[in-house]
Amino acid sequence: MNIVVCMKQVPDTTEVRIDPITGTLVREGIPSIINPDDKSGLEAALELKDEAGAKVTVLSMGPPQAELALREALAMGADEAILLSDRAFGGADTWATSSTLAAALRKLPHDLVVCGRQAIDGDTAQVGPQIAEHLGLPHVSYVSELRLEPEGKSVVVRRVFEDGYHMIRVKLPCLLTCLKDMNKPRYMSVGGVFDSYAKEVKVWSLADIDVDPANIGLKGSPTRVKQSFTKGAKSAGKVYEVDPKEGAKIIVERLKEKFII
Amino acid sequence: MNISDYKGVMVFAERRNGTVQKIAYELLGMGRGIADRLEEPLIAVLVGAGLGDAEAAELIAQGADKVVLIDHPDLGVYMTEPYTKALAKAIEAFRPGIVFIGASTIGRDLAPRVSARARTGLTADCTGLAVEDDTRNLLMTRPAFGGNIMATIVCPAHRPQMSTVRPGVMRKLERNPSRKGEVVRLDIEIGPADRNVEILEVVVEKAVKKNIEEATVLVSGGRGLGNVGNFRKLDALAGELGGLVSASRAVVDAGWTGQERQVGQTGKTVRPDLYLALGISGMIQHIAGMEDSEYIIAVNKNASAPIFEYADLGIVTDANKLVPALVEELREAKAAR
Repeated sequence: MNIVVCMKQVPDTTEVRIDPITGTLVREGIPSIINPDDKSGLEAALELKDEAGAKVTVLSMGPPQAELALREALAMGADEAILLSDRAFGGADTWATSSTLAAALRKLPHDLVVCGRQAIDGDTAQVGPQIAEHLGLPHVSYVSELRLEPEGKSVVVRRVFEDGYHMIRVKLPCLLTCLKDMNKPRYMSVGGVFDSYAKEVKVWSLADIDVDPANIGLKGSPTRVKQSFTKGAKSAGKVYEVDPKEGAKIIVERLKEKFII
Repeated sequence: MNISDYKGVMVFAERRNGTVQKIAYELLGMGRGIADRLEEPLIAVLVGAGLGDAEAAELIAQGADKVVLIDHPDLGVYMTEPYTKALAKAIEAFRPGIVFIGASTIGRDLAPRVSARARTGLTADCTGLAVEDDTRNLLMTRPAFGGNIMATIVCPAHRPQMSTVRPGVMRKLERNPSRKGEVVRLDIEIGPADRNVEILEVVVEKAVKKNIEEATVLVSGGRGLGNVGNFRKLDALAGELGGLVSASRAVVDAGWTGQERQVGQTGKTVRPDLYLALGISGMIQHIAGMEDSEYIIAVNKNASAPIFEYADLGIVTDANKLVPALVEELREAKAAR
């Protein structure tokens, strides 16, 4: 079985701060990580490999430094890593990103394509389902459990909703988008780290995939950012620097005034 | 594509277990304003099995000019491909300039699949929607980069312009049963190739989890509380106030509580009468989920925490010490009544 895991290297956004003077993002010193949902998707793929045998390929689109995320995936146990990196891919929205990734997937044998539900820097949850559409594959998103059926021709997944879940059987080939709480990703092993440097992270450029240049990068993106800004704060209320007891009294007074209690 | 051929604002009216969801009415409330601004019709698309006239009438009462019913026995339970086919067909038939879909776990599955099929752009989780004066393009504003900045996105050369909107962000209209509208049925064929997954089991966990989006009072804890034990102490306070406990992303990431209680860009959008933020610093991604609350009280020992810029009342003190004091004060206030 061939499994391809799509991953994104993201800045650890829980660490991102706004510069209070310039109002811009402080990116310096922010560590990059494998996007958490994607990492759980990789773990799920590696568990299938442990259980039933599979070749696990990790695929990422990004700048050259995204190689680091792919090395980590190799050290966790992935067999092959491909980085799609070309200036022509830059500035892509989800539509263009998914058509680029789909073009790469057409060159890779895949019985199962695994993505994370969403990346923590964009939070769109769009790329996985859009890849599936470009490839004409069925997909199931919001997957919190995955098991391969005995004959190896289909998977059964638990698909989460706000108010419950579905158990769904889907035949291979298919695409799944995974939630980070579906498992606890393994750590890189010492041997794995060592081995990962013996493995090659292949870099594919535009010339290596078969895609219409009109469908990639900024030019191939239906949407674009017109403007970005930091949010203006609404007029702040009164702030009291007091001891806890006094603070509690002030709160209760206000709640009475507002008829909340 | 000639974009001037695409007119009207289409709303996907999400329906679960035979009930049209609140998000459908919220989208109609917001979409009504956009449609009026463009002087174009507002179209609701309702997909399901055994759709009733009363459901269509309610969508009209809540703002729709036209209701498109796509009724088929195989559309009773949400399944990606048949629903994608249905909505894509409605887009093809009515050529709307704009499509709004709720950013629920259904909408966020359906919308990208439909947008890829329609070869058009999609902007996720919009918190602000407006029409640009000169171009008449839709301006779609959403938190980006973990919610730390806001971005306004446009889709200038493709139609329809699609966006998802989170539940609780937009307000529905006052319902008007005398509003007039048209109801049309759109036939769809669903074959074995469309039923490309097999749903083995459907589990609805109604009312098992209390929904923080419905609460009128939220007592919300952040990483500043220090540990899970302190976070649990919020239960007593929420009990006194008749509210529920919610949390910041950091608290959910730390495993102190479940994701269903997370407020913010990647959690839920809430607008209770009272939002009491305890030990929450107030990153924009959190603010995005609670800033429309009626009355916001922030307690944090760090006087420079951004949360104070959004609070109606701020108390600079140790939230862990304030919580028991506040529980006591509330009990006394109750006893005095």
